[in-house]
Amino acid sequence: MQKDYKGPVEYSIEIAAEKIANLLASDYPFSKKAIALLLLQEDEEIKEMVKKSESENIGVIEKIVNEAISHFANPISYELAVQRQAEVNEIINKVVKVKKEKTSFREKLSRLTMNPLTGIPLLLFILYWGLYKFVGDFGAGTVVDFIEGTIFEKHFNPFIEHIFIRIIPWEALQSLFVGEYGLVTLGFRYAVAIILPIVTFFFIAFSIIEDTGYLPRLAMLIDRTFKKIGLSGRAVIPMVLGFGCATMATMVTRTLPTKRERIIATMLLSLAVPCSAQLGLILALLGGRPKTMFIWAGVMGIIFLFVGYLTALMLPGERPSFYMEVPPLRLPNISNIITKTYVRVRWYFREVLPLFLVASFFIWLGQLTHLFDLIVNILRKPVELIGLPAASAKIFIFGFFRRDYGAAGLYDLNKEGLLSGVQLVVACIALTLFLPCIAQLLMNIKERGWKIGLGISVFVLFSSFSVAYIVNLILNKLGVIL
Amino acid sequence: MNLTDRAEEALEKLWSELIEQKKGTCDISLLNNNEIVSELESLGYIETKDDQIKLTHKGYEEAKNCVRRHRLAERLMADILDVKGKFVHETGCKFEHLLHKGLDESICTLLGHPKTCPHGSPIPEGDCCKDAKRTPKKLIMPLTELQTDKKAKVSYLQTKDKSALQKIIAVGILPNTEIKLIQKFPSYILQVGKSQLAIDKELASQIYVRVA
Repeated sequence: MQKDYKGPVEYSIEIAAEKIANLLASDYPFSKKAIALLLLQEDEEIKEMVKKSESENIGVIEKIVNEAISHFANPISYELAVQRQAEVNEIINKVVKVKKEKTSFREKLSRLTMNPLTGIPLLLFILYWGLYKFVGDFGAGTVVDFIEGTIFEKHFNPFIEHIFIRIIPWEALQSLFVGEYGLVTLGFRYAVAIILPIVTFFFIAFSIIEDTGYLPRLAMLIDRTFKKIGLSGRAVIPMVLGFGCATMATMVTRTLPTKRERIIATMLLSLAVPCSAQLGLILALLGGRPKTMFIWAGVMGIIFLFVGYLTALMLPGERPSFYMEVPPLRLPNISNIITKTYVRVRWYFREVLPLFLVASFFIWLGQLTHLFDLIVNILRKPVELIGLPAASAKIFIFGFFRRDYGAAGLYDLNKEGLLSGVQLVVACIALTLFLPCIAQLLMNIKERGWKIGLGISVFVLFSSFSVAYIVNLILNKLGVIL
Repeated sequence: MNLTDRAEEALEKLWSELIEQKKGTCDISLLNNNEIVSELESLGYIETKDDQIKLTHKGYEEAKNCVRRHRLAERLMADILDVKGKFVHETGCKFEHLLHKGLDESICTLLGHPKTCPHGSPIPEGDCCKDAKRTPKKLIMPLTELQTDKKAKVSYLQTKDKSALQKIIAVGILPNTEIKLIQKFPSYILQVGKSQLAIDKELASQIYVRVA
């Protein structure tokens, strides 16, 4: 629809736009009047584009633009928006009748989610049932125990081992598939029996929450807190998604409006946000001991806020602002949830299975050439420094291949009864903070560039051991037994 | 005691040169009119020495009031009477001289004690602005001062911070939009038509509304 823009009596945006449109000589993908209007609204991108393509007339065009701007008290974008709004209202008033509605149940519930007095308990309720009970207890506990313990260990593994040992005569090659770090017995088992169920349960929970329209409400609740760490409520979406898969969440930081916010979010996702597989395993590991869980969660919360606060302090830039539409609450739609969960799990699985297999392969190769032992030996010192048994050095190497892989290694270690309560907490803290997995490291570099991506990783590596060291020191000095 | 219109204009010029640009003194040639210089001098508003002009304390107060009246007049033209563009300044120039003691306060109150003129220059605070900070009852106020569950109509948007302005426009809040404030903490929730919006305090303070 064409719209004529009125101006004050003696000046018209319409005429200025027409004059500019007539001066535009090159071809553009959209109408010349649209370009002229964008120039009048001081759109930087279009200004640059026109500067390049209109070398001849640019001087005259700029003169018209500046003259037009000087005629208005407000920016022209504001004047145009006001006029468009007036036009829209005129049309709407002719054709739309608004019925008065009473405050519905849905609206009342919506208010409850947004009022901090009721909203925060509700949030805790959702975290407890959605994350802890559903993903942690049921997904990472019951379901994993069944798939891993019953299906894989009792039936699948012995069967596969039997087959491979029969068809492959060389022991070294046998262990590539079915040894301690075998492609099938380790890589495939971790991916399918441990990680897949946990991630699936997380994505089911996330899709349900997303589909109800709860996330914008969470964003508005948390905005003030996030402002302190240089983010806005908007960042809540990548952050919550980070509890599913930090790699996917790092990609989603693109939706944040400024570079500063994207860097801070990437940093926090790499450091202090455990992904669902890791989280599920940690919840399963610490689940039986509430005190250890409390310490772990407390340390994570403090590190998250403290590092965010420091990063925001160090990075120069505009304070973020928060503005978001709050959609009405809806009952989640089953087919939406199935589709979203399926797409996400598929993305995740395609991403992780090859990496698990590659990791298993490299560990196998490392074992064969004793390179793996060498790295484990190098790591032994820092691991002992934070009070862990030397045997746990290998889980940090696993952790680098996939964060959750490391946690899964810890799971095995704990099953053998090698860790005390304090050691378990310290190991969980170190692993949660530890380097992002390869996939996330690559994503950090891809999204943030070499310098920042690697910088973040070095910082994360350094701080994970330092924090674990300090926590271990404090717990031991206080003589805490967990 | 009433100044001539020309003397008021001269004082405004001095205010923006000496006070807002923090120059302290300026050359006598700035005013370009000896009659006015001697008029201001005889009233004790300025002192001249070696062709340099300095505002006296009395002159400072008078200049502040002149500037205040001028910018309030512009705000009135732009926001309420819907005068546009160059006319804002021109009509404002004529109108300001009518706003003598008392009247400027009424208009300032009507406008909700605006902080800047439509061109973005600061409006010096009057006594009424200081009072208003204590008693929040007024016709036009920033959204941050509106009570929850009250309906209001957007009067104007503070347009100095362009990126904030773009964001407010982007969520569809414009002059004459009817809104209802649902809650203020931890974020501002507005009902606009059939939809609800969440904005932070900083953006909310840029939106000036008139209670319906």
